[in-house]
Amino acid sequence: MSNVFIAFQQNEEARPIIEAILADNPHATAVESPAMVKIDAPNRLTIRRETIEAITGTPFDLQQIHVNLISLSGHIDEDDDQFTLYWKH
Amino acid sequence: MPVKAVKPYSFPAKDTVDKFPAPLLYIGWDEHLMFCAPHCIPVPPTLPFKALISDILPGIYGYHPDFSQIDWSRVTWLKSGKPFHPDMEKSVAENGLKHKDVIRFCTPGLRGIKGSCS
Amino acid sequence: MDTQVKKLGLKERYAAMTRGLGWETTYQPMEKVYPYATYEGIKIHDWDKWVDPFRMTMDAYWKYQGEKEKKLYAVIDAFQQNNGFLGITDARYVNAVKLFIQGVSPLEYYAHRGFAQVGRHFVGEGLRVACQMQSLDEIRHYQTQTHAISTYNKYFNGMHHSLHWFDRVWYLSVPKSFFEDALTAGPFEYLTSISFSFEYVLTNLLFVPFMSGAAYNGDLATVTFGFSAQSDESRHMTLGIEAIKFMLEQDPDNVPIVQRWIDKWFWRGYRVLTLVGMMMDYMLPKRVMSWREAWEIYGEQNGRALFRDLARYGIREPKGWLDAIDGKDHISHQAWNTFYNYNAAAPFHTWVPTDEELDWLSAKYPNSFDQYYRPRLEFYREQHRAGNRFYNKTLPMLCTVCQIPMLFTEPGDPTTICYRETDYQGDKYHFCSDHCKEIFENEPEKYVQSWLPVHQIYQGNCFKPGVDPTQPGFDPLMAVFDYYDLDFGRDNLDFEGSEDQKHFAAWRGQALQNTV
Repeated sequence: MSNVFIAFQQNEEARPIIEAILADNPHATAVESPAMVKIDAPNRLTIRRETIEAITGTPFDLQQIHVNLISLSGHIDEDDDQFTLYWKH
Repeated sequence: MPVKAVKPYSFPAKDTVDKFPAPLLYIGWDEHLMFCAPHCIPVPPTLPFKALISDILPGIYGYHPDFSQIDWSRVTWLKSGKPFHPDMEKSVAENGLKHKDVIRFCTPGLRGIKGSCS
Repeated sequence: MDTQVKKLGLKERYAAMTRGLGWETTYQPMEKVYPYATYEGIKIHDWDKWVDPFRMTMDAYWKYQGEKEKKLYAVIDAFQQNNGFLGITDARYVNAVKLFIQGVSPLEYYAHRGFAQVGRHFVGEGLRVACQMQSLDEIRHYQTQTHAISTYNKYFNGMHHSLHWFDRVWYLSVPKSFFEDALTAGPFEYLTSISFSFEYVLTNLLFVPFMSGAAYNGDLATVTFGFSAQSDESRHMTLGIEAIKFMLEQDPDNVPIVQRWIDKWFWRGYRVLTLVGMMMDYMLPKRVMSWREAWEIYGEQNGRALFRDLARYGIREPKGWLDAIDGKDHISHQAWNTFYNYNAAAPFHTWVPTDEELDWLSAKYPNSFDQYYRPRLEFYREQHRAGNRFYNKTLPMLCTVCQIPMLFTEPGDPTTICYRETDYQGDKYHFCSDHCKEIFENEPEKYVQSWLPVHQIYQGNCFKPGVDPTQPGFDPLMAVFDYYDLDFGRDNLDFEGSEDQKHFAAWRGQALQNTV
């Protein structure tokens, strides 16, 4: 099994996104470095719009993650409600 | 395998011997990696091999504390990685060294700063 | 009357913005309009199978890029207004920034040009749109890096002629020739080299741990442009992996071609990253992680996951993979030694690390540092204190392909330089590794044209016009530095005793104390 990962800048805009990822992906782990947070997960990781909206109380467009995204690895599947990183094998 | 191209692809080589004041010789001192890489020097083909050792190498390697301790009679040489037995009295060209040949010398018993091969 | 207009979903919006924009030409045959689309041997049967998984459309692109720019420039303004450079850990750190503006930022500009060019030459609209966005991203990176680093250029040496140096100075021929190799390839090889091998497999090592290190050293401006650039890289990396999958899925005949490009460009990129390894281990006064650790996380773990996934197409790990892993204990130390040797010819400073830093390196490199690298650094320090600082004054032998001095050692034997050579049309060509040699042998017609800085100096092509090398007392090296526009004694030589060191100490003193 391989890890996918996604890394965000450590700031207020990214905080609810990171919280939502950790809530929705109990198998994921967050590693903090100066100015950034890297989240690793075996095989698969999903970001859900509704979870972020429930934390912030405002509408969220998933493409907003681009503003604070640093890097990622894995294949991507994205629509209006969710953003998934995965490996097939 | 040739380059794939939309038209015939042929350009002159940049580093042929005619472009240099003298043919290039590459030279490296094994197990003395304080000198980060082998050196590249233009060497007149008529230069006696012994003059390479007496006149040129000290300027390149003399800084190293091992250099003054080299017993040149025990030094072994490689050319393109194969044993090479230069005739000290003959010239660089007579010893078969051509443009962009690479030679290395190994100094038995000397293994660099505190034996670190530096 | 129902006035509500149904909003298109992400996938529909993407389709609307990227499909049906192209057409079959009629005035001229398609192969004349797209002359580079097929000659590399890559077979594409259905261009519409190419999909950007982010489904970024131009309107969304402008919106989010605009937001990124506003944030970035707010930080750069604040950094400049408040003399942010005084908050960095140590003036030695600035030398990493110098290498960045000298050797990395010009590659952003090359990438801008490259994607503009290949975007023109691909037939499918989806891929053309993605290349257009990336071309714009890359020029943004070049601009933001120039703006962010300009504040350092006001106060420190080693940045004032960075573009001039990029085209002339010996070590900058390494990144320059890397990118020019890609730019002169066909569009599919370019995509494999830059989007896949460089962006997907390797840039994390530059932009993620190194930038985090910049933050750790108090350099707010660099970390901000670094992460702002890297947020675009996520999109670029996605383009890279999609492009690879697209080629592999379109035709089985594409597999061996793509594999050879992966072998080549993994190794080319890995060699360029030697510079980054050195920046991480030696040039960050405070370190987040060692090069070795970063390589293990972003190179090995991530690369292994990727190549395991691509195995279903018949793609294996790049040929240089194991040798790259073998190098992780060595290349940063070997590279630092090279710049320590030739620091007279490099417009940034080097130094021997402090005892505490040497101990850190010993702990991070238990298999190599004490045995091979620490003794010479301690020797250098003794000699420097005795007024006999080591400068290597004879030019080094270079690898014909990567153009790096032949500093790399045999896999498994860090005491022996790795020498490889081949004969071609009556001349010898030399290489640092089996992989650079193989790259040459696959396309010798290309690499016989290598502009190798050492050879160019000996050919007399690196002096200013009108210089007469036959004049008595002619000093060829000083003439080369003059050609470089390198300000001798200010831009180059050891950090100890440098103008940068003195200025920073004085300015920091002023920042911390009131002066009368």
